Amino acid sequence: MRSSRIAVALLASLSIVAAACGDDESDSGDTTATTAAPQETTGDTAAPDTTEPAAPETTGAGEVDYMWTPNADVLAGAEGEVNIVAWPGYIEDGTNGPDWVTPFTDITGCSVNVKLGATSDEMVQLMQSGEYDGVSASGDATQRLMAGGEVEAINLDEFTSYDDIFDGLKDQVWNSLDGEPMGIPHGRGANVLVYNTEAFPDGLDSWSVMWEGGTDADGAVSVYDSAIYIADAALWLMTAQPELGITNPYSLDQAQFDAAIALLESQKALAGQYWSDYTVQAGSLVDGTVLAGTTWQVVANFAASEGAKIETTKPKEGATGWSDTWMLSSSAANPNCMKLWMDWISSPWANAQATEYFGEAPSNSLGCGLTSDPDHCTNFHAEDEDYWTDVWYWTTATEECLDGRTDVTCVPYTEWVNAWSTLRA
Amino acid sequence: MGERLVDAPSLSGTDTAGRASGPSQPVRGLSRLFRRHRRLGLLSLLSPPVLWMLVIYIGSLVLLVISAFFALDPKSQKPTTEFTTANITDALSNESAIRLFLQTVVIAAIVTISCVLIALPTSFFIAKIAPRWMRRGLMVSILLPLWAGYMVKTYAWRAMVAPAGGNKFAAEGRGGGGFLASQLGWTPGFSKTSVVIALVYLWLPYMVLPIYAGLERLPTSLLDAAGDLGARPMRTFRSVIFPLLLPSIAAGSIFTFSLSLGDYILPRLVVDGKERVMFGELINSTLGAPNQPLAAAFTVWPLLVIVMYLFAMKRAGAFDNL
Amino acid sequence: MRTSYLSRLLLGAITVATLAFLYVPLYVVARLSFTKAKSVSWPGDGWTLQWWREAWNTEGPREALMRSVQVALVATLIALVLGTLASFAMQRYQFFGKSSVSFLMVLPIALPGIVTGLALQNTFSRTIDVGLFEFRIGFGFHSLVIAHATFCVVVAYNNVIARLRRSSPNLLEASADLGAHGTQTFRYVTFPLVRSALLAGGILAFALSFDEIVVTTFTSGSGFLTLPQWIFANFARPKSPAVVNVVATFVMVLSIPIAWLAQRLSDGGADT
Repeated sequence: MRSSRIAVALLASLSIVAAACGDDESDSGDTTATTAAPQETTGDTAAPDTTEPAAPETTGAGEVDYMWTPNADVLAGAEGEVNIVAWPGYIEDGTNGPDWVTPFTDITGCSVNVKLGATSDEMVQLMQSGEYDGVSASGDATQRLMAGGEVEAINLDEFTSYDDIFDGLKDQVWNSLDGEPMGIPHGRGANVLVYNTEAFPDGLDSWSVMWEGGTDADGAVSVYDSAIYIADAALWLMTAQPELGITNPYSLDQAQFDAAIALLESQKALAGQYWSDYTVQAGSLVDGTVLAGTTWQVVANFAASEGAKIETTKPKEGATGWSDTWMLSSSAANPNCMKLWMDWISSPWANAQATEYFGEAPSNSLGCGLTSDPDHCTNFHAEDEDYWTDVWYWTTATEECLDGRTDVTCVPYTEWVNAWSTLRA
Repeated sequence: MGERLVDAPSLSGTDTAGRASGPSQPVRGLSRLFRRHRRLGLLSLLSPPVLWMLVIYIGSLVLLVISAFFALDPKSQKPTTEFTTANITDALSNESAIRLFLQTVVIAAIVTISCVLIALPTSFFIAKIAPRWMRRGLMVSILLPLWAGYMVKTYAWRAMVAPAGGNKFAAEGRGGGGFLASQLGWTPGFSKTSVVIALVYLWLPYMVLPIYAGLERLPTSLLDAAGDLGARPMRTFRSVIFPLLLPSIAAGSIFTFSLSLGDYILPRLVVDGKERVMFGELINSTLGAPNQPLAAAFTVWPLLVIVMYLFAMKRAGAFDNL
Repeated sequence: MRTSYLSRLLLGAITVATLAFLYVPLYVVARLSFTKAKSVSWPGDGWTLQWWREAWNTEGPREALMRSVQVALVATLIALVLGTLASFAMQRYQFFGKSSVSFLMVLPIALPGIVTGLALQNTFSRTIDVGLFEFRIGFGFHSLVIAHATFCVVVAYNNVIARLRRSSPNLLEASADLGAHGTQTFRYVTFPLVRSALLAGGILAFALSFDEIVVTTFTSGSGFLTLPQWIFANFARPKSPAVVNVVATFVMVLSIPIAWLAQRLSDGGADT
């Protein structure tokens, strides 16, 4: 019976797979020592003191103070699980190294299911499905979510971590609607200029290398591949062509918008790469095939750790940037667990872990002492409010101009997407 | 499997013929029933797979095309219930979209032809020339790369074709470019050529497999006869082998052509995002906009072309040789 | 066949070149899994086992591998059942619309993944009212299995029907003439005939499902990642894409015996 031998062989090779997959269950066991018993000590929900050790827990490394006290009422209603759309690296449960989900699950009893989104656009689409309880949305997605009714306003009384969020991040157009907060800020970063130090030994302090050219970097410029990058063109036009009268790069009337598109069209001659993929840009920086470009600090750090001869700077014209927001779905099946997650991820310890892992500035002012790299907050300018004054956070453009003009209509983000699509075709 | 086959309709089976004793009786009765009522046998065999495909797949395709006829709410960017033909009209008349689609078809065709040109001599060698003991090993070697994973192979091609940077700009020990540039001194770089090469790489085994199978079925005596009649090897190939292999080539081309036509992840990574090379990228970015109805309208192009292509391949006998 | 020494040499050289073409990128992947650098570009410098250790110690790839295996196994099973039923019907009966059946089976694999994915996503997310009740398929393990099974059916179908075509119909008649009833014929004649084709088709279907990323992206829910999804996410995750090379190399090595088996089954079938 040859065939039965074959069947045995097949089973054998499958069991190799199974064995290879199954034997690590015990390895991770030592982090789950705590009981899931919620901390019932927080009687008063209105005045939580997050500096007080709330849920002390022991791990192998010793005492960790999470500095989080969940709202007791919300905790009492915890559903047991939550489904979240998030950027890769925002929700880590230890399966890839770091872990700020396990303590959350231990404290709240909510298990966390993640659906990774690769782009803001994809996240909007996922939230439109109504399948998920919440999302970590960037500013180019939040307004669409608010306009579409995908997310709902939050009641600040239910969130104990909100008080310690940097003021500069609260009540902004991308995270509030008519003065009502629509989510909890997660972290922030600027889209900085990166350049090769061999190509530019004297350093750079202007975006002109990416728009006017005439340098060694012509044809080796790296551009962020998203419709939101139109705002970077507008930002450059604010100083390069002041007669256009742009005062907010996300608020462009048709003439201003057309000028930005024309500028992007002319940039094609300088561009060597349009990136949306983290590793792709880092690799090019290391190989020296990209000599200047717009980047995230974390990409530059990664490339530098690989030996890339690069430096980053926020040019004198300012920069665009992002501030991500955790939002609650209006059709959430597990609203309480989602609220608890939003509160937890913006609490000092968890926020410090998540933002350091991703490579951005934490949103919680108390998080800075809790990063594993003591210089993390300095590197990412977390506490330096001056740094952020000329950073234009990603916002979704709408027909009503965001700069307050009422005599014209502005170009909405849908048109941005179409224009970008045409530009890149 | 066997039990499953006869279990399904056993309710009616036992009613009509299953009164006798013993557990095998109803089954035996059932098979008699089937023999008598061929329709019933056919129906019970055919309806599960056909219903699955019709309801789940064809049904979904129809729904998708229907969804292209709904307008998008500009503010929330969600499809509304308002009927419009604007999406379809746009998708079928948008010049840059059509140009991109034609380019995609050309690329898929070049990939397919390249696969045939590589697969023919390779499978001929394996099936007819290599010693018998080597054949299985060679075929496994051809098929093994299928298991390495699409994403991994795609990134591997980035590492293959990356161009060299100016050495003084690169990190220590880097800047020689990817594997091709540093080892062979030549690379197509991040270009359309690289997209074609990488696609050929990905789908080649799907072409070798049916051609090899076709060659194996081809009696060696036939080729010898052609030789005896005085045909030169090229003539034998042209007049004997190639016509007989056409169905196999057609079968393989369904994979190479279709899989290339729809790709949108590889082209963007392999051209370094410099330009949009393939139609799938347009569908994907439209979907992400998010403009579901317009994305659905764009899918009409590949739908039409693939269905037409399948009909042509069916005539070429491809379906008997997949 | 009589071929000249020269043409044999030429064909051999082409075959060697083809194999080199197929294996150089795989070598690059394997080599990069041992390199000290974290980025996925050539050449990495030096040698290290760090990524292998790291991959071994993280649960992510293991869980994803398990999930992929689970999805692929269930999808393969469904595909085998459906594909076999269809191929038996095609072999035994003449009926109206027969020529459309194989067309129907091949369509899900022939249409671009993004079309299939978009169509299924659209359907699964809708609430479907069938009059008596309404339901919504939604997203999760089950939706992935349905989607994967749909495009795997053709592989099972083709393998089985090819075997049935090659085997003589006289066998079944002989069995009946010898007094065997349908079940016996199936058990002792038909099933042994198609058994290896089933296994070969099953392995191919498994491979197809195991590596699928596009339809998967559109039809998966939250909660878990398949291996290709994990790989995709980890090229974007702010740590080491190098671990991905380890996982890829590992899976490749693991699949050698399976690929061997599949090949053996499909060419062994001819003389069964």
